[in-house]
Amino acid sequence: MSQTPTVAVDLAEEFMEPRTPLQRVQGILHRYPYVSPLVVLVVAMVVFTLINPRFLLPGNLSFLTQQTVVIGTLAIAQTLIILTAGIDLSIGAIMVFGQMVMANLAVSVTASNVLPIAGQNPIIAILLGILAAVFAGAINGFLITRFRLPPFIVTLGTLSVFTALTLILFKARTIQGPEIPEALKFLGKTIKIGDFALMYGVILMVAMFAIFAYILRNTAWGRHIYAVGDDPVAAELSGINVNRVIFSVYVVAGFIMGIASWIYIGRVGSASPNADPLINLDTITAVVIGGVSLFGGRGTLIGTFIGAFIIVVVENGLALAGLDQAYRVLAVGILVILAVAVDQWIRKVKS
Amino acid sequence: MTPTLGSVQPVLQGRGLVKTFGRVVALNGADLELYPGEVLAVVGDNGAGKSSLIKCFSGAHTPDSGEMLVNGEPVVFRSTNEARQKGVETVFQTLAVAPALDISENLFLGREVRSKGILGSVFRKLDTKFMREEAARHLKELGIGTVQSITQTVETLSGGQRQAVAVARAAAFGSQVIILDEPTAALGVRESARVLQLIKDLRDRGMPVILISHNMPQVFEVANRIHVQRLGRRAAVVTPQTHTMNDVVAIMTGALTIDESDQALPPVSTSVS
Ligand SMILES: Nc1ncnc2c1ncn2[C@@H]1O[C@H](COP(=O)(O)OP(=O)(O)O)[C@@H](O)[C@H]1O
Ligand SMILES: [Mg+2]
Repeated sequence: MSQTPTVAVDLAEEFMEPRTPLQRVQGILHRYPYVSPLVVLVVAMVVFTLINPRFLLPGNLSFLTQQTVVIGTLAIAQTLIILTAGIDLSIGAIMVFGQMVMANLAVSVTASNVLPIAGQNPIIAILLGILAAVFAGAINGFLITRFRLPPFIVTLGTLSVFTALTLILFKARTIQGPEIPEALKFLGKTIKIGDFALMYGVILMVAMFAIFAYILRNTAWGRHIYAVGDDPVAAELSGINVNRVIFSVYVVAGFIMGIASWIYIGRVGSASPNADPLINLDTITAVVIGGVSLFGGRGTLIGTFIGAFIIVVVENGLALAGLDQAYRVLAVGILVILAVAVDQWIRKVKS
Repeated sequence: MTPTLGSVQPVLQGRGLVKTFGRVVALNGADLELYPGEVLAVVGDNGAGKSSLIKCFSGAHTPDSGEMLVNGEPVVFRSTNEARQKGVETVFQTLAVAPALDISENLFLGREVRSKGILGSVFRKLDTKFMREEAARHLKELGIGTVQSITQTVETLSGGQRQAVAVARAAAFGSQVIILDEPTAALGVRESARVLQLIKDLRDRGMPVILISHNMPQVFEVANRIHVQRLGRRAAVVTPQTHTMNDVVAIMTGALTIDESDQALPPVSTSVS
């Protein structure tokens, strides 16, 4: 074996070159894409506290966490999908579908005039609701990988399909709180820490962020998600079964949406087929503000976590500052555009 | 000196390979033999089917018809993984690296190593430390890179450095054959020289190499035999000793044809240094 590194070049050589401060910032943002949303979040919280000190009261802070819980959980699913360079517009529709399955299966037979199989054990109802969401995610994944259809189009279609299915199957009927067994509302319970009410659902959301951050960072499946979103052709040539990875992501995302269904019932206390019709866009907003690239392959769940909080904090802070709804919507809109602009700029770091 | 073609078992062999894309015929009954310890250059015009030919052996394409053998054993590759499992590693023309992943992750992409014990088996944790050390070792062995750079994302690397990563990946895992598709096309003089040196190193280790290149001086410098691809099939196999660069270009363009009986024979000495 002859090793003759006579023409050896240090890979790091080029990175020792002096760089302008701006390039340095670009480099840092490139390496840690969640830094810019973190700065936004901290600045927003400081400003809102200065405007209205009530912002920092424990009661308001626990309200913020509870406002974040559903959108945050769904944003985990949306992040996995967007990392593969996909997108899921049906995410809210699936969450509502799962929630209606749970509620309609669990209510007592006399209360429900919808399903002949009502009155199930609440645990079974929850599991079947999650299963329904998994199945819905699998349908998305199947259509996208099997027929090579763009995720945007597929989920635009299934958004309507799942919404309609919910209305048809469950007769568009809202199931009120008192009809719903406690187990379904379990995640809405809180632990009081002084004036701060920590909701069980919030704990579950944070745990899921931690688990999926671990998976993305430390498992082969997680790294393959990045590789597939980054350059699917290169991933395939590197021996990764791209379709299998993408399909599995939609299935796992469906599972997360099913958990979000359960959290939602706890948070709101009832189950409505018309719940939060725009939450699909909110999750995309959270992901984008969190520094995850819509082009796939880049971003972290820490960023998404911060992004979800930014939406809620901005809404709440501006409301406390006395601004009306239109300004809050405007502010979030501007943040999204800024986030995408920053993403484009960061991506130019590659020489 | 009359060894028959049958006397030495080819490491890779293709017979009558056909590959079409709709109405485009990329391979039209192509043959290929790669013998132990040799560097086989594959040359030909753009669109002659060079990449298509090697992609069959890499598992990236499945030929419509024809036969492929590895060490005399018929094989069917449905994915690059299946080819890799037979020890065939490829540096694709497009490099096939994931820009957002770091050097170490790219080296182990698709064959990550999990931690030992329950962390790996239950929690599926990757042994990042081990992979980084291994990646650093491989890069160092090839005379490229330093340990600190192993966590740099590939997109921050120059074209030559990316090439080095792709080549290092192939060299690290290839046990039977290493295929390089135009590895120096995008490189400067210094970087090209490095890749060329690498090919020589591989050959000195006894590793058979297929090199696709447009650079005739390079081809004549490292190749034992030259496979000339034309219109989706093999037009001739010559050696740098028996033919000139002009001859090869003439065969490529169809200005010169070579008789079947004049084709270059497998290398006589296949001893490994
Ligand atoms: N994936 C593909 N889809 C369609 N046509 C292809 C594809 N790959 C190669 N071809 C066509 O096959 C022919 C041979 O291409 P290729 O093998 O890349 O040639 P070379 O590497 O010698 O330049 C060309 O006409 C090319 O356009
Ligand atoms: Mg080519």
